[in-house]
This record gives sequence, C-alpha cells and structure tokens, in this order.
Amino acid sequence: MTVDTFQESHEQSKTRNLVLTVMLVAGLPLLFIGFIILQQFGDAYHNKITDHLTVLVRKHSRTIDNFLIDRLGDIRVLARSHTIEEFADQDFLTKNLAILREEYGGVFVDLGLIAPNGVQQAYSGPFSLDRADYAGAVWFSETQQSQYYISDVFTGLRGSPHFIVAVKIPWKDQGWILRATVDFNAFNDLVSNIRIGTTGVAFILNRAGELQTKPQFEVDSRSGPHRNFLNANLEVDKVLIEENQDTFGPELIFAVTPLNNGRWILIFQQEVSDAFAAWNTTKMIAVFLFLFWGAIVALFTYFMSRRMTLRIEEVIIQKDKMSDQVVEAGRLASIGELAAGIAHEINNPVAIMVEEAGWIQDLLAEDNPTTPDNLSEIERAVAQIKTQGGRCKEITHKLLSFARKTDPTIKQIDLNEMIREMITLVDQKTRYASVQIETQMDPDLPPFWASATELQQVILNLLNNSVDAMTSSGGIIRISTQTSDGQIILTIADNGIGIAEANLARIFDPFYTTKPVGQGTGLGLSICYGIIKKLGGDIQVQSAKGRGTTFTISLPAAQDKTGGREIDSGSITDHHKALAETHKEE
Amino acid sequence: MAYRSSTLVPPSVLLVDDEASFVETLSKRIAKRNLKVSSALSGLEALDKLKAGGGTSKFDVVILDVKMPGMDGLETLAAIKQKHPNMEVIMLTGHATVESAIEGMKAGAFDYLMKPCDIDLLLAKIDRAVVKKREHEEKIVQARAQMIALKRGV
Repeated sequence: MTVDTFQESHEQSKTRNLVLTVMLVAGLPLLFIGFIILQQFGDAYHNKITDHLTVLVRKHSRTIDNFLIDRLGDIRVLARSHTIEEFADQDFLTKNLAILREEYGGVFVDLGLIAPNGVQQAYSGPFSLDRADYAGAVWFSETQQSQYYISDVFTGLRGSPHFIVAVKIPWKDQGWILRATVDFNAFNDLVSNIRIGTTGVAFILNRAGELQTKPQFEVDSRSGPHRNFLNANLEVDKVLIEENQDTFGPELIFAVTPLNNGRWILIFQQEVSDAFAAWNTTKMIAVFLFLFWGAIVALFTYFMSRRMTLRIEEVIIQKDKMSDQVVEAGRLASIGELAAGIAHEINNPVAIMVEEAGWIQDLLAEDNPTTPDNLSEIERAVAQIKTQGGRCKEITHKLLSFARKTDPTIKQIDLNEMIREMITLVDQKTRYASVQIETQMDPDLPPFWASATELQQVILNLLNNSVDAMTSSGGIIRISTQTSDGQIILTIADNGIGIAEANLARIFDPFYTTKPVGQGTGLGLSICYGIIKKLGGDIQVQSAKGRGTTFTISLPAAQDKTGGREIDSGSITDHHKALAETHKEE
Repeated sequence: MAYRSSTLVPPSVLLVDDEASFVETLSKRIAKRNLKVSSALSGLEALDKLKAGGGTSKFDVVILDVKMPGMDGLETLAAIKQKHPNMEVIMLTGHATVESAIEGMKAGAFDYLMKPCDIDLLLAKIDRAVVKKREHEEKIVQARAQMIALKRGV
C-alpha cells in the first residue's frame, strides 16, 4: 500500500465514521419518536374505524329489523281487521294488495290465504299460484306452530328469490294463514346500500350460512371465514368486530350483528387494506418523508464531514510544513548561539595578526631596517601571521560544516567521532566558562545510520545546554557512549544548576524556555526530541535542582544495512509524524 | 617613533591577556615607543605583579582583556580597584563583549578599546590615563601638604 492510498482510505474512513455518528445521533431519536407517534396514531385510527363500523352496522341492523317488524305488523293488522270470508274473496285480496303496494311502494308482491290443509284458497299477485299446495313448506308448519313467521329467502315454487311474511288467523278452531310475499329487491336494497370504500360489502346470512341478500360481488358464504359467525352466540344490538386472515384472500375486517331475533346475521366485511387506506397512506407518507429527509441529512452530513476532514488534513499538512520550518529555525538559533562564541574565538588570532603586521611596520620604519636581528624578527612575525591565519581557517571551517542546510540523507554514523567534533565546536565556550568535558566512549559501538546534520544538532544542543547550566565557577560535563540490548546509549551529564521538578515535564515542549526573552527560542530540546523519536530512539532526562542534569539518549542499532535504508525511505514523513507526535503529547 | 609622552617620566604599563603571542608582540611594540612594559597571562598573575610592584608606584596603567579563562577581566578589574584605587585600567574587548567593557567602565575602568586595536589610539589613551593618574596623585600630595600647613599654621 502506498502512502497516498493509505491516506486516502484513512480520510474516507474518518468521513464515514463522522457521517455514521451524526446519522445515529440525529436519526435514532427521530426514528424512535416517529415510530411511537405512528403507533399511537395507528391505534387511534384503528379505534375510529372500529367505532365507525360498529355504529354503521348497528344502525343498519336496526333499520332492517324495523323493516321486517313493520312488514309483519302490516300483515298482522290486515289479518285482524277482516274475516276469513272476506280474505277468501279474490277481489278483496286484490284491493288490499293494491292498497299495500300503494302505501309501501311495491314492497309487497302478492297476498294469499292458505287453508289449514295447506292449500291456497285465494291469491292476488303477478303469478298464477291459485290452489297451490303449501302443506309441505317449512314456513307453513312454522306459522302453524307460532303465531307469525318471517321466512328465509328462498326461490320456492315461483322460481325467483323472495321471502314470506305469514300470520296465523284462528277461525273455527283451525289455523288459517294470511301470507304476503315481500319483494326481494326492496329488501336487498336495504343491505346492499351499505357500502364503504371499494371492497366494503354487507350481506345477510341465515344460520345455515345461506345468503339472504345478494351481495355486490361474489361471497363464499359457506366455506369463507364467515363460517365462524354462524354458530356464534351473538348478542342482539351488539356488534362483533373481528379481523381475520383469510387462508387465501387478503386480510379482512368483519362487523357482525344478529338480525331477525338471531335467526339471521348481518355481516359487513371489508379488506383491511381498504378500511385502513387512509392510515396506510399516512404511513407511506411518514416513511417516505423520513427516508427523504434522512437522505438529505445523510448527503448534507457527508459533504460537511468531507469538508471538515479535508480541512483537518490541510491543517495537518500545514502543521507538518511548519514543523519543518521550526526545525530549521531551531538550527539557525543554535548557529546564532555558536556564532557569538566563535566571533570571539576568531577575534583573538585576528588581533595577533594585526599586531604582528604592526610590528613589521614598526621595524621597517627604522632608519636601517635590514639588520639581521630585524630580518629574523620579521620572519618570525610572518610565520606567526601564517599560524594565526591557519587558526582562523580552522574555526570558519568548523562553523561552515555545521551551518550547511540540513541534510536528511541517512549515512553510517561514527557516534564517537561526531561527539568529538561537536566538543571542539564548543571548545571556546567551555574554556571561558571553566567547564571541563570528560568522555568515556565505547570504541566498539555497533553500526548505526542517521542523518549526520540532525544528530549533530542534537549533540550540540545538549552540549550548549549543559555549558549554559553551569554556575560561574564552572563544572564538569561527562559524556559516555555504550551498548546495551542492541541499543546505543548516549548520556550527557552535567553538574550544573539542574532543572526544577515543575519544569521537568515541560522541557521537551516547543517554545518552552526558562532563559530570558531574546536569549533562547525554547526550540532546542523539542527539536532534539523530534529528531530522536524519528530515529526510533528515546530521549530521557533526570535532574536534581542544584546537582545537575543527565540526558540519556537511546538509539536502536541497525541489524544490517538494509535496516538503515528503510528509515531513509520514510524519512521526511516520519519526521513530520514524530514532530506532530511531540505537539500532540503536550 | 612618532610618539612623545606628555609626561617627563615614561609611563609604565602592565599588559594582561591570555593569548601569549598577542601579549608578546604588543609588548614589543609598546616598548619600542619608549614605554616600560610588563605582561601577565592571567588575572591572578596580573594581581601578583601589581602586589610585587608595591602599591601604585611601579605601574601607571593596566591594559586588561575582558575575556579570559579562570578569573575574567571584570573580576580582575574589581580586584585591582579594591587594592589599588588609583590604578588606571584600559579594557580590551572583542565585539561580542562590548557590554562587559561598558560594565568595566561603570566599575571604574578609564576607557576601553576594541581588539584588534590601533597602536596609536592605544598609546593616546595610555597617555591620557597617565596624565589623569599623575594629576590625581599630585592633588593628593597637595592636599596632604595643605593639611599639614593648615595644622602648623593654626
């Protein structure tokens, strides 16, 4: 995996996590609230539909019952108002049928008088049923037993659906029967008018499961779910509401109530999806709105998160760049510190050279400048000038070798040699501060790869700090190198003023300094930390106020040369990481 | 040489610097201008030589480098001024230690010079320092004489 794709996928996963978090936090409560409100609304709506069905079915059942009772009442009044002789008269029947039809809008189809033996004595109506024998008919025997009777709908002798309202007229100890046929269509309209939605339908069944009305569309009355109601103990004037899953068809809701003294059942049925159509629409809209807004929020969050992630990446890159600049600035600051010492160091040989030149001028100004004494003196002075010039050259070369721009190239390092070089660089400074440097080098250090300029900077920084930490009476700096567990250990210990415990935790922080303003950048140790961490090593400090400070650096010794090369490939990026790490740990 | 001292008795100079070559050559050049020169390579040695001289009589002026290992210029100056209050001191300094030279002036040095220095400038300063010192000594002598005269007169 290359660095680029790694960063890309890292960025993507950050964006994804951000989006998921926001969606979860924002979406879950919304989903929860939505669900509860929908549930509550659903319950309320369900109750409303149930109540509506109950009221509707009860109202219609009363209307139908009233219709039946009224028709029976009509015939009973008629039966009691006249004698058998009158009814036996064909014209009388015709006249009364005409009156009934006139009053009740053609509900009654015909009128007949049946003798106790079951033979019709008189008849008025559209069919030629004179002298028809009803002795075997169920309604005939039922009416003989009770006083009146309303039959189920049946086809009977005439071949068209109808039902009979019959009243028994006792005469001469025998039961005559006045019978009227009620028009099926007039009755059927009462029921078929009950229509709700597209699938709502009402019909009447008798207890045998036979249809008493003609439903708007086909109803499987015998084997359908209605079966369960046929033997149900239904209370009069109460409506039973039941939802039932038909084995084959759609889910249905039923409203059931008894009719005709419990002999018939009024059933209203509707597909649940139809009954709750409004509810389903609401549910659909709610779900749609939720998904719609969810999608918008998701999109918005995605773009916001992406922008944020990109911005953060940008800031990190900028920070890395700045870290580089900080390292360079710190190096320049070290050079500045060095320069002050070195300017003085260079000033001494220059002063000598000027004096020797002046001395030569003095000698040449004599009246006789070419005496052997003068010549040898001039020779000595010139040699001295040459010597001092050489001294200057040495000093400038030392400074230049350090002032080169940081070279991150990884090279094999002779740590002992590098330490010696750095000691000569602070030589002047230590001499004037009365500081002695003692070294204890392990001559068999394992091979080790690093950027020479960076490591030089670390050693020089620590040496400078140690010298600065000394009191005016001077002190001793002890430098040692050794190997332990495959690690190269470098310690630089001084017996200077030490670091207060309160400051100890902060000394590797960038810009932290206890020196007066203008004298320290506070970058030295933070840069040392960054460089050592980058090399996979560690830097630690021990200090006691008034007793001195010891810096211990451990560096991993490379197993072989390829081990060192690996550091090379990731050098720059690792450097940034290490520095970023330094900043993070604050 | 072109130099002529303003005083009848040639001034006596003590040159203090840790660079042996510098001290040696500068001493030769000063000696060539008919001044009496001694040298010291450290502050302690300078103090020893002043002490051996027995007070202020042997040396007129001390030329003192500011930056020296061990006892530095300012410490040496303080010690000289404590033991020999009339001794005039000229500080020699590099660019980086001008502040120290100014410190020295505050602590009673006569003047300061930047290294490497022009020999004529140095001699002019020595001359002025010697004049000042001799005048000063004369005033003390006069004051003493006056005091004695006053005592007798009364």
